[in-house]
Amino acid sequence: MSSPTVDRDLAVDLPEAPRLKGRGTPWRERFFQLSLWASLAVGVVFLASLLVYVVVEAWPRLDSRIWTNFPDIIDPSSAGAQSAIMGTIWVIAFTALYCLPTGVLTAIYLEEYADPNRWYNRAIEINIQNLAAVPSIIYGILGLGVISRGLGFGQTVLTASLTLSLLVLPVVIISSREAIRAVPQSIRQASLALGATQWQTIWRQVLPAAVPGMATGSILALSRAIGEAAPLLLLGGLTFITFNPTGVQSPFTVLPIQIFNWISQSRAEFVSLASAAIVVLLVILLAMNSLAIWLRNHFSRRW
Amino acid sequence: MTPPTDATGGTKTPQVTFRDAPSLASPVFEVSGLSVFYGDHEAVRDVNMTIGQRQITAMIGPSGCGKSTVIRCFNRMNDLVPTARVAGKIRYHNEDLYGRDVDPIEVRRRIGMVFQKPNPFPKSIYDNIAYGPRVGGFKGNLDDLVEETLTHAALWDEVKDKLKTSALALSGGQQQRLCIARTIAVKPEVILMDEPCSALDPIATAKIEDLMEHLAQEFTIIVATHNMQQAARVSHRTAFFTADVDDKGVRHGRLVEYDETERIFSNPSDQRTEDYISGRFG
Repeated sequence: MSSPTVDRDLAVDLPEAPRLKGRGTPWRERFFQLSLWASLAVGVVFLASLLVYVVVEAWPRLDSRIWTNFPDIIDPSSAGAQSAIMGTIWVIAFTALYCLPTGVLTAIYLEEYADPNRWYNRAIEINIQNLAAVPSIIYGILGLGVISRGLGFGQTVLTASLTLSLLVLPVVIISSREAIRAVPQSIRQASLALGATQWQTIWRQVLPAAVPGMATGSILALSRAIGEAAPLLLLGGLTFITFNPTGVQSPFTVLPIQIFNWISQSRAEFVSLASAAIVVLLVILLAMNSLAIWLRNHFSRRW
Repeated sequence: MTPPTDATGGTKTPQVTFRDAPSLASPVFEVSGLSVFYGDHEAVRDVNMTIGQRQITAMIGPSGCGKSTVIRCFNRMNDLVPTARVAGKIRYHNEDLYGRDVDPIEVRRRIGMVFQKPNPFPKSIYDNIAYGPRVGGFKGNLDDLVEETLTHAALWDEVKDKLKTSALALSGGQQQRLCIARTIAVKPEVILMDEPCSALDPIATAKIEDLMEHLAQEFTIIVATHNMQQAARVSHRTAFFTADVDDKGVRHGRLVEYDETERIFSNPSDQRTEDYISGRFG
């Protein structure tokens, strides 16, 4: 503190310099940070090892045969999953066609028109939240009982996509409602104050502003539906189909069912075939999620 | 007009030149016994006033005195609050504004509104102006209408080269003037302004005040403001609101005094008005 040039007496009178040196990170903080990293690592390590394992297993069969060939029960080397890939695309496309308009319109009603003080609107809301938590196998039973047998649609693409629509509808409704709610009230007021009707306000201001959020939520919901095997197994999605769907009345198979079927075969070739199909399914899921992220970033608005 | 820059009340700013108030012979609004309820709470009680054509009427008063609530009655924006209820009468050119067969959409096309916080649509400048005419089924030449409107709002020179860019890229003051322009694009008779400058800096505020004066030659303007200098500078008539607190601690807005602006600021008849404008409370 005292430099050699300063007189000793004077130096004693100088106020003590403030202590700025830290005492080091307290152990609590270190422990907390460490547990954050550890939790993160569990997820990342698990995902990475899953990916590595699947790709290694699939490696011998990861070639164009997977999408050019049809299932073959006798000769695994000439078997492929084209009918399952096409089936997945058909089913998910029609699922989107049925559940997106229904979900978005329901969300508009609940957010813009429904009076939350009415008991029936509250009942609808609670039910939608509960439906989102119902196990998918229950939807399979519903689809089998009501759509397949009750309405007589049979074991077709139509039945499968209607059932999956019901399955993801609650999620589509909930995410669309959140997107609609994120549109500031001031935009609605500005529109109404200019003499726009409520419908014009929704159609020209609220929906365009809510589209990115609704699209993101809906795509994530649909990618959940793509991976579903349980309800479709119940509906009788077939495991050995050597033709692509030709319409909504076609019998179908989808990737998760095909994977399920191959994995339960005893020959090792079929297991690597299953892994190859898993890789294809993962690529489709990744593509859809990337689309969701792109939509969100591209159309996101600042207020 | 030289706007005063000090923060004292109107009585202490002799440099303000008050504007002569035109007569109330052909009133736009006649308000009688107006009370507004939110649920069970009577937010504003028994307002009576007459609002004249092509003049600026200011509503001043402390926060919570009900001036915003009253201004939102004139274009039925309070209809959008599910619990709001209006009692008493507002006559618009002798027609009951809350009459059974009155369509609030038609009301809002004739009585426009500018809000406290600039709220342009997240669209281009052009589309912001064109929105009102479009939803109203405008059939003429939109390009001409947009240019005419922006010129009218003294914004054309600033934005003519960027009509297709986002309105959100404008400054706050420009956004608010765009909102005013957007309102006059539907050619209303009345423009309601709910504290239009409270989010703006003094220079942007001065521009809006100039615009208000300019527009008052053609439109009837009602402006709620908590800026007393603003009321003194731009308005012809001023209504002073305050809030009574009843024995349960509930606030009820009330119109204390309504007169020519010069009288309110130089010789108010009510002690509460004088206290407020000379800065003794509120």
